[in-house]
Amino acid sequence: MKFSYYPGCTLKTKAKDLDAYMRASAEALGVELAELPEWQCCGAVYPMAKDEIATKLSAVRALMSARDLGTDLVTLCSACHNVIKQVNHDMKTDADIALRANNYIGAETPYMGETAVLHFLEVLRDRVGFDTLKAKVKNPLTGRKIGAYYGCLLLRPSKIMAMDDPENPTIIEDFIRAIGAEPVIYGMRNECCGGYVTLENKGEAERRSNIVLESAKAKGADTVVTACPLCLYNLKKNGGCDDVSVVYFTELLAEALGVK
Amino acid sequence: MQRIGVFVCHCGTNIAATVDVKAVVEALSHEPGVVFATDYQYMCSESGQTLMREAIREHKLGGVVVCSCSPRMHEATFRKAAAKEGLNPYMVEIANIREQVSWIHKDIKEGTEKAIILGRAAIAKVHLNQPLQAGESPVTKRALVIGGGIAGIQTALDIAEAGFEVDIVEKEPTIGGKMAQIDKTFPTLDCAACILTPKMVDVAQHEKIKIFSYSEIESVKGFVGNFRVAIRRKARYVDEDKCTGCGICTEKCPQKKVPNEFNMGFDTRRAVYIPFAQAVPKVATIDANYCTMLKTGKCGVCAKFCGVGAIDYKQQDQIVEREYGAIVAATGFNPLKPTQYDELGYATCADVVTSLELERLMNAAGPTAGTLLRPSDKKHPHTIVFVQCVGSRCDAENEKGKPYCSKICCMYTAKHAMLIRDKYPDTEVYVFYIDVRTPGKNFDEFYRRAVEQYGVHYIKGQVGKVVEENGTLKVQASDLLSGEQLHIDADLVVLATAVEPDKSARGIATMLTASMDTNDFFTEAHAKLRPVESPTAGIFLSGVCQGPKDIPETVSQASAAAAKVIGLLAKDKLTCNPCVAQSDELLCNGCSSCERVCPYGAITYSDKEFRGPNRTTLIRRVASVNPAVCQGCGACTVACPSGAMDLKGFSNRQIMAEVDAICKM
Amino acid sequence: MSHNKNAAAVEEVLRSSGVDVRKCMRCGKCTATCPAFDEMEYHPHQFVYMVEKGQIDKLAASDSIYRCLSCFACMERCPRQVEPAKLIEAVRLHVIRAKGANHLKPEQIPAMLDEDLPQQAIASAFRKYSK
Repeated sequence: MKFSYYPGCTLKTKAKDLDAYMRASAEALGVELAELPEWQCCGAVYPMAKDEIATKLSAVRALMSARDLGTDLVTLCSACHNVIKQVNHDMKTDADIALRANNYIGAETPYMGETAVLHFLEVLRDRVGFDTLKAKVKNPLTGRKIGAYYGCLLLRPSKIMAMDDPENPTIIEDFIRAIGAEPVIYGMRNECCGGYVTLENKGEAERRSNIVLESAKAKGADTVVTACPLCLYNLKKNGGCDDVSVVYFTELLAEALGVK
Repeated sequence: MQRIGVFVCHCGTNIAATVDVKAVVEALSHEPGVVFATDYQYMCSESGQTLMREAIREHKLGGVVVCSCSPRMHEATFRKAAAKEGLNPYMVEIANIREQVSWIHKDIKEGTEKAIILGRAAIAKVHLNQPLQAGESPVTKRALVIGGGIAGIQTALDIAEAGFEVDIVEKEPTIGGKMAQIDKTFPTLDCAACILTPKMVDVAQHEKIKIFSYSEIESVKGFVGNFRVAIRRKARYVDEDKCTGCGICTEKCPQKKVPNEFNMGFDTRRAVYIPFAQAVPKVATIDANYCTMLKTGKCGVCAKFCGVGAIDYKQQDQIVEREYGAIVAATGFNPLKPTQYDELGYATCADVVTSLELERLMNAAGPTAGTLLRPSDKKHPHTIVFVQCVGSRCDAENEKGKPYCSKICCMYTAKHAMLIRDKYPDTEVYVFYIDVRTPGKNFDEFYRRAVEQYGVHYIKGQVGKVVEENGTLKVQASDLLSGEQLHIDADLVVLATAVEPDKSARGIATMLTASMDTNDFFTEAHAKLRPVESPTAGIFLSGVCQGPKDIPETVSQASAAAAKVIGLLAKDKLTCNPCVAQSDELLCNGCSSCERVCPYGAITYSDKEFRGPNRTTLIRRVASVNPAVCQGCGACTVACPSGAMDLKGFSNRQIMAEVDAICKM
Repeated sequence: MSHNKNAAAVEEVLRSSGVDVRKCMRCGKCTATCPAFDEMEYHPHQFVYMVEKGQIDKLAASDSIYRCLSCFACMERCPRQVEPAKLIEAVRLHVIRAKGANHLKPEQIPAMLDEDLPQQAIASAFRKYSK
């Protein structure tokens, strides 16, 4: 199983753990990830306006080089995944955006959305298979009660992200089961942590993060997992909940596979 | 050459605003054979028809072309008028210059040009028209009603009261439908069972009505007046004639853990069951999915206890063939299952329920014996939030929901709110609405009573998120009039989910060749003037299968459908469509292509003696069409490789003449 | 709407967002589900209604355009596919595309940093707040 891999800027700096634990786990699972050469920051939020072209180009370039390498493109950070997948959808379905972006880049073969974009969770579910993963677990996290924190970016807009049911997802819960722990389903698992507004308005990020953590705690979670560095930051730094620890899902994966 | 008259209708301004009718008259008056051409404001009116009749008389017309609306609208009108003057009605042709011209074009020049072309085509066709004589076919004096809810029950009773036989085919073990599950009915708050069950008994006791319960339609053949229907009587493993409905088997069955669909899964039933106490027929049914005996061959408890030996584990599905003159679709609806709207928590929170589920939770015969207790902890809810329009009124691109208003939810929610406030005055009730829609006799008064007399909190806005925390449902909603976001701690949330046609309707419509809209509601022959008939002759529509309806409206429509059926069954003979296929035996090569494509089984083959050269005879296998069965669909004329099959009134020559006229320009 | 003084701005916002404001049936589900409600002066349903009425100037002058979290909840849950978040983004772009109208300036950043803040937060804030 060979894929191109787009880490994104945060995974090279503040979220090195998220990246390193995945690489170790991927190796243990026989998933080969080749980091894209010369990737650029995706911009971290999807530019929604139809007349925004320049801000979509770094995503297009990443998609294009994956296509030229003949591989599917794997992402890990929720924000990168959201941006790249939505831009890919634009290139596939919005002729005007595709034309202008291709003109801008001036590639020999215009990019028309050919690359399949997969989040690493989807690789685990659809390519490796949670049953296979379960069989490879060396240290099952038995007894742990873990809440999946999807946030906004993995699931929405669901028509484009197409990862799971946007209101009642199961992919991370199934992952939690596969590594031997018990998933805790709580209502706020797909609500926003406050995102980038933390820069200007700490109070808002605090309120949002605490609502999420309280919801998970009320259902008995001891841990909450995320795939997003900003979610992790907000929940840990702005949310004050000592009873619930917040970690990247890849850390638990590595722990379960015995490669932490 | 035919002497042809052309009559151009203004249809008020419907046609005249976009088509220069005078120019059409002028252009068509020069067509070959046209001896008279005129226009008139309303050709279908009494004076318009008189004008046409006088012209037929005075100008000795042999053919008539009316340039007007769709032939579906007034072809019959003009044919009848012509017939009164002794002209064969099939010498009248319609050029549709309304639906196909004025309603879809804006430019007068373009519209006029197209109207002239269509008029020319019709004239070219009339030249080749032959007088046709309609035959007759007998009418089977029995009706089939598909679906045994309140719609089917009312239709069947009315038809039977008029003296005709009726069969009801119901896929569930009992008739009664959704109304049997409902607690009380708006706007009078009488108990649904009290007004429904006597009707169910009437059906059971009526000598003209036969109920095929736990049965489905297998196939439909034939045509209006002469349908042949195969009914699959699913094995219920109980002999209906022997079973007395005593219920001992349903008490003794050791398999106790079957979700009870009648109570919306809030409690359980046995593998052998009678859905509810007043079921009709009151006969037990064994659920093969759960019966230990049927699954493993080990048990047999019910057979042991049955005093009349009615249990029959070896029973098989049975196919019954019956003949009918008319068929009524009364296939009903289901509430949409809101699992895709989990921001409202239905899939993950036990205390988020649908309105039909609430009916069972409030029903004296329900799982809580009528005491309102919430599902999770069986406690009294003290704050209840109702959410309207869940899955209704969605954009056409929204895959989760329906684009239509489900019509009944505003009223039943007002009913629920009122009943709860009446019985449990310490309960706060909130209703989040987009619009309150209460057209109907005494309906708005009913809703106002909920607000003014019972103090139900109606809030213009929607619920955005429901989260369960420590036994409380945290409801986040908008109050658009005060501009606030509300946070309500509720004990129970009730979703008024969209109604959707029963899943079986699509398959049944296909068998009936009855058309459906994109939402799988049956379409009516005319939205305003023929609302209870399908465009397919002999197929009638009753209840929600045609569109969302409440009980009063369903019953009215059910009776209207019955009246139409009675009108049909009262006839001894039906005039057949003379535009049927016929085979030219000299051209037929006996290949059977036509027989294979005929959907009505109207074509048969036989060996016939023909004269060959030099006084010889030869036997050839040739097709012949039964004109009483043929519906004139034309499939055979397309399939026939030798050109032997042709359709009277729509012959290949006539159609080619029309095409030539259109292309001549 | 054509003789409204904001006509050109309305046109720009509608084109750049791709939103059909006429699809809105005024149910308020967007505002019901909005996590940033308490921080906003104008709420998602008001963006839809006020753009339709041509009141871009009021929206543009309000801090509400910087409070949207871009969580896509209103877009996901709108039964009419109206997508209010795209309108909010389009009004914000209408403002920050003007010269010198950046809401966030690089010199403000150092004061906002702490040792754990991920780069992602700064990158997205710049995308949202500046041109």
